[in-house]
Amino acid sequence: MKFMILGHANKDTEAGVIPSSEEFEKMGKFMEELVKAGVFVAGEGLQPSSKGARITFGKGGKTSIKNGPFTESKELIAGFSIIQVKSLDEAIAWMSRAPSPEGSTLEIRQLFSDDDFASADPTGELREQDAKLREQADKQHGKS
Amino acid sequence: MNETQRRIEAVFRIEWARLVAGLARFVRGDLGAAEELAQDALVAALETWPSDGIPREPGAWLMQVAKNRALKRIDRQKRWEKKETEITQAMEDRQECAADAIEEAADDDVGDDLLRLVFASCHPSLSADSRVALTLRVVCGLTTEEIACAFVIPEKTAAQRIVRAKRTLAESGAAFELPRGKELRERLTSVLEVVYFVFSEGYVATAGGDWMKPALCEDALRLGRILAELMPNEAEVHGLVALMEIQASRIGARTLPDGTPIPLFEQSRARWDRFLIERGLVALKRGEALGGTPGAYLLQAGIAACHARARTPEDTDWRRIVAIYDQLAATTPSPIVELNRAVAISFAEGPAAGLAIVDELANLPALERYHLVPAVRADFLSRLGRRDEARAELERAASLTKNDRERALLLKRAAATQN
Repeated sequence: MKFMILGHANKDTEAGVIPSSEEFEKMGKFMEELVKAGVFVAGEGLQPSSKGARITFGKGGKTSIKNGPFTESKELIAGFSIIQVKSLDEAIAWMSRAPSPEGSTLEIRQLFSDDDFASADPTGELREQDAKLREQADKQHGKS
Repeated sequence: MNETQRRIEAVFRIEWARLVAGLARFVRGDLGAAEELAQDALVAALETWPSDGIPREPGAWLMQVAKNRALKRIDRQKRWEKKETEITQAMEDRQECAADAIEEAADDDVGDDLLRLVFASCHPSLSADSRVALTLRVVCGLTTEEIACAFVIPEKTAAQRIVRAKRTLAESGAAFELPRGKELRERLTSVLEVVYFVFSEGYVATAGGDWMKPALCEDALRLGRILAELMPNEAEVHGLVALMEIQASRIGARTLPDGTPIPLFEQSRARWDRFLIERGLVALKRGEALGGTPGAYLLQAGIAACHARARTPEDTDWRRIVAIYDQLAATTPSPIVELNRAVAISFAEGPAAGLAIVDELANLPALERYHLVPAVRADFLSRLGRRDEARAELERAASLTKNDRERALLLKRAAATQN
């Protein structure tokens, strides 16, 4: 099963402070450990929210746009990784080793897999529909 | 099991392979003793970690505890025997152990231990069943119960396979060391076979509720990825990883909810796992970049990649697939490869070209009773508009297959060819 690890933002990440070379090295070592254990699937870091925007959907499809930065930094994400392990316990065991600074938080969330919809969708019809939508989306975005 | 115990077991699972591998060297290749010592360390962890907390370096903690136990065991044994010579020997052993520890601290490379462990558990002196069971136990850390469950065998049988394997290894005096040169190639073949066997066992389409099967795919994938990091210069390791990643990307798309398999060209490609495909393509690139004549895994991965890259079945680069099958037929010729090559050619050049190849294959004794030959022939015939012949071939294929689901599917296709 796959888990997404969400790294919460803090003052530094929101200020766009680039980690020190020492921090980079520690994180690199940890990532290497994940890769060597065959656990790491993907990961990216996010730029500060000042470079992003939020869209709120109102009545009748009306949208309102708010540009960053957003103030409530605890609810912001600064980066994510995806790991493939056997259980939530294993995900916790791995991520407890992350060289994260004091006071920081990592959130661990399980990704849905097709099987999770089996009981709600015994015929597979809904999943088929969902798959078609994704296919369309992929085409629009010109994914290879 | 309460939450703390579960947490500890999870930490233990992460450390298991490296722990057993390090201990195996410590006790000079006795996998049975290494496994026992590792288990002892787990017991010690379950006793102390709930109150003291999980140590910052749990791997080092577990290794230290296990090694202390090993030394105590040697001491106890020697005292029992009360022979001065042996006491001296024990002292020497201890000194050697200390030397080992220093050496270990110096190079800090647990990778070699892990590789030694993998090569030992996939040793050619063991039967295929034993290799698989032992690898899952000592490298992947599965319990005998889990292994029994995965292979639908009684737990006792699984346990016996492991015990017998360890005994065979001990008796054959197989050295716990890294094979080199020509031997490395041969031994690596055995390792990759075991990994791919575990993967395939998990990959066979099964009805829901069989949760252990997909888990086997994950175990094999993880082991493959670990090997790729440990042996970055072995192209076939990357080839196997690429093949497994890409095949695994289709797990969610290749069966109906009731377990009926969906053929590759009818699968909803949007349901293929893009993360795994991406990883597979990267692994393929790594393997290909090493140069040399590509081996069977790398070639098969190349074919899988052609399918993975195609957004729709029509986008498939059949010319390239035919070219890879040509290479595969040259390096590892087999009637099955030929059959697949015929299918590829039928898409690249038309069904008549495919039919010409299959007609030759159909006369081979090895394929006389192989249901896929008439099934493939039927496909070509029906694409050529020769429906009556196609129907007869589908019925023949149905009479040859041993799989109920497949038979039903073939008969359904035969019925659909009527009009």
